[in-house]
Amino acid sequence: MKTIQFNKLYKKLNITSLVLIIISLFLLLFKGLNFGVDFKGGTLIEIRTEQSSSKISLIRDSFNQMNLGDVSVKSFGNKTDYIVKFEKQNSNDPEFIDNIKKKLSNSIANVDFRRVENVGPKVSAELLRSGIIAIGLSLAAMLLYIWIRFEWQFSLGAILALFHDVILTLGIFSLFSLEINLSIVAAVLTIVGYSMNDTVVIFDRVRENLKKYSDIKIFELTNISINETLSRTIITSATTLLALTSIYLFGGEILKGFSLAMILGVIFGTYSSIYIANPILVFLKVSQRTILKEEKD
Amino acid sequence: MLYFSKLRVISVLIFTLIISYFAVSNFLKFDDDYFSKNIKLGLDLQGGSYLLLEIDNKPVVTQKLQSKLIELKRYFKEKNLILRNFSVDEGSIIFESKNNDVEEIKKILDDDESEINPYFQQYKSHQFDFVEENNFFKLTLSNYGLILLKNSSLDQAIEIVRRRVDEVGTNEPNILKRGNDRILVELPGLDDPGRIKTLLGKTANLTFQFITQNLEESFGTEKLMFEDESEEAIVSKRIILSGDNLVDAKPSMDTQSNETVVNFSLDRVGAKKFGKATSNGVGKRLAIVLDGKIISAPSVREPIIGGSGQISGNFTFQSATDLALLLRSGALPAPLTIIEERSVGPDLGQDSIKAGIFSLIIGFALVVLFMIYKYRVFGVIANLALISNLFLLVGILTLFEATLTLPGIAGIILTVGMAVDANVLIFERIKEEVKNEKNYIIAFDSGYTKSRTTILDANITTLIAAFILFFMGSGPIKGFSITLGIGILTTLFSVYFIARLFTAFFVIKNKNKEKLI
Repeated sequence: MKTIQFNKLYKKLNITSLVLIIISLFLLLFKGLNFGVDFKGGTLIEIRTEQSSSKISLIRDSFNQMNLGDVSVKSFGNKTDYIVKFEKQNSNDPEFIDNIKKKLSNSIANVDFRRVENVGPKVSAELLRSGIIAIGLSLAAMLLYIWIRFEWQFSLGAILALFHDVILTLGIFSLFSLEINLSIVAAVLTIVGYSMNDTVVIFDRVRENLKKYSDIKIFELTNISINETLSRTIITSATTLLALTSIYLFGGEILKGFSLAMILGVIFGTYSSIYIANPILVFLKVSQRTILKEEKD
Repeated sequence: MLYFSKLRVISVLIFTLIISYFAVSNFLKFDDDYFSKNIKLGLDLQGGSYLLLEIDNKPVVTQKLQSKLIELKRYFKEKNLILRNFSVDEGSIIFESKNNDVEEIKKILDDDESEINPYFQQYKSHQFDFVEENNFFKLTLSNYGLILLKNSSLDQAIEIVRRRVDEVGTNEPNILKRGNDRILVELPGLDDPGRIKTLLGKTANLTFQFITQNLEESFGTEKLMFEDESEEAIVSKRIILSGDNLVDAKPSMDTQSNETVVNFSLDRVGAKKFGKATSNGVGKRLAIVLDGKIISAPSVREPIIGGSGQISGNFTFQSATDLALLLRSGALPAPLTIIEERSVGPDLGQDSIKAGIFSLIIGFALVVLFMIYKYRVFGVIANLALISNLFLLVGILTLFEATLTLPGIAGIILTVGMAVDANVLIFERIKEEVKNEKNYIIAFDSGYTKSRTTILDANITTLIAAFILFFMGSGPIKGFSITLGIGILTTLFSVYFIARLFTAFFVIKNKNKEKLI
């Protein structure tokens, strides 16, 4: 196979990545994330109406009459399905949901409540905290693992690649106001695992080549290693993306956000393994001595 | 790496077949339970409700402090230590002692074997911490004292919750302790938990108290509202009888008044107390108080000595049934609030299963075709590994009765996508080795050997993520981490035992062919 000069683009793409990361951070800081009921607290109701003719505005109106505060109504997959969200939740009224159901049946015939989620403020705060801890913990665990397996220059490269993937994925979720719920946290953690996996494969090859060739500069060496592992990178990304696209298209509405986050993560992860992790090695002037020194210790 | 002993081949095959059998058993029906296990579906797939309840321990603490106060008074009186100005205030007991008694009291409270301030022998911490200033003592529950108190009230509450849920008769409810002030209730198949929520929302503290003639609230009386909030009444604080003395309660129809009522019967102590109180109180009105509200207040016409009675109060049959159920199951030690509720209807669960399986089939088919297109014969081998991987994964989930959730199904599909990675790493390595090594057997062998650490590294990283998710995640997300984690293990097995077996078989047979891979 022809060798592709990945390293020619290191500088240009690094600047692009940096700009994208800064934009994402700005978005996260100023626009923020669209947290779902899991993290914000409140009530989510998925309803199915009998006729597809029931207008979204009719549903919105009947909910607005119930004094529930700010109500958001969105269609959800099918023409007959809707997701209704509002901040109020029933900590002490066991008939809260039943009353809503009754009132809604007055204006719309045959409504079916397919799913109800009701999260109190205390629980949502805890879920958010444990979500953040889980992501932080996984990043730390990856750092630790790769530190044990490789030299610190490699750990730094891999971790920066991970940060890149997580920040850009969340940045896109912020940009398009996509909902962040518990399954997105699961997706982010899986992305962390996947991206690490991808980086480790290339790094293993870099390390092997460092031992093999003492006279090739790291700039060139990373390119050789990327090329040698390229077809694996492509095939694995392709099969993973095929599986994820299938979930996205056919797995139902509930898994849409999750699979989208994963698809983005896999794309960013594949990109960052090549264009973030490797340039860091070049930047840190990794050479044969780097790994030999470590092995002597 | 290409050599397999006969024993190993046989044991790999047997292992795979046995586990796969459990996977298949999900789709077969046997009469015998032992041979047919079914994967457990999560609430999001089978439909059902999930309730997280939090116990409000404040009243429990206050009650504990009040009873401790009485205990302290009695204890120090026996020791001839004069104390005064007792009070309970914001989680602490306060009292004053005489100047020359201070040291003695301190000694008693600080003693390792103190009777009045126990636990030190067991937990290296007293039940109460105290400070003394200007002869004033302030006692507060220590951390241990508080934890033990909370635990015992939680255990009690769980027992009551279980009784109430069981009485409603849902199938296989799951009731678990969460931390030291929460209870998790999972109700499979019940997508409208309204009734259970109503039942769990009531403390069900039943008391019988006489209504006084006073028009104003005074010492020893309290003003209580009627259930329907129509009027108020002043009742004596003296409790004639409480729900603790009840042995049974049933809804029934009163033939005279044509009203739905609740009949109750009392234990021996209760019957005696009730008999005595009603003999003395003929003509008075007896308030039946539930959770601080008066249900009804009938006049006592004659002494009730038989140990049974009747509660009336504009009940419908449903509300009488509920009240009887609450009285039978007993009072909660403290009120419970629902802080999280998720329920999924059976339709949505079915739709999720269908969509999940459909996307699994499509994803699987795409990956399989892609691998054959890329690797031909070796693609077929990788696919055989993939299929056995799927069987192993589902088989193990079934065998260990793991719960399958919708994200769990996504985890299986994701495993399908990522599982080929290990085989791809191996095949690509072999391709490189073949360039320099003409002997296929040697080339394949070193391809396997050289890719091993990379594969291990790559899978451990995903396993770490799955582990963390397992410990931090809840409900459906836990299901995802389980399938993802087990998926990695079955992937490694299928790659190193099954695919390698087929590869070895194929390579040894075709070692003289021109272009093998």
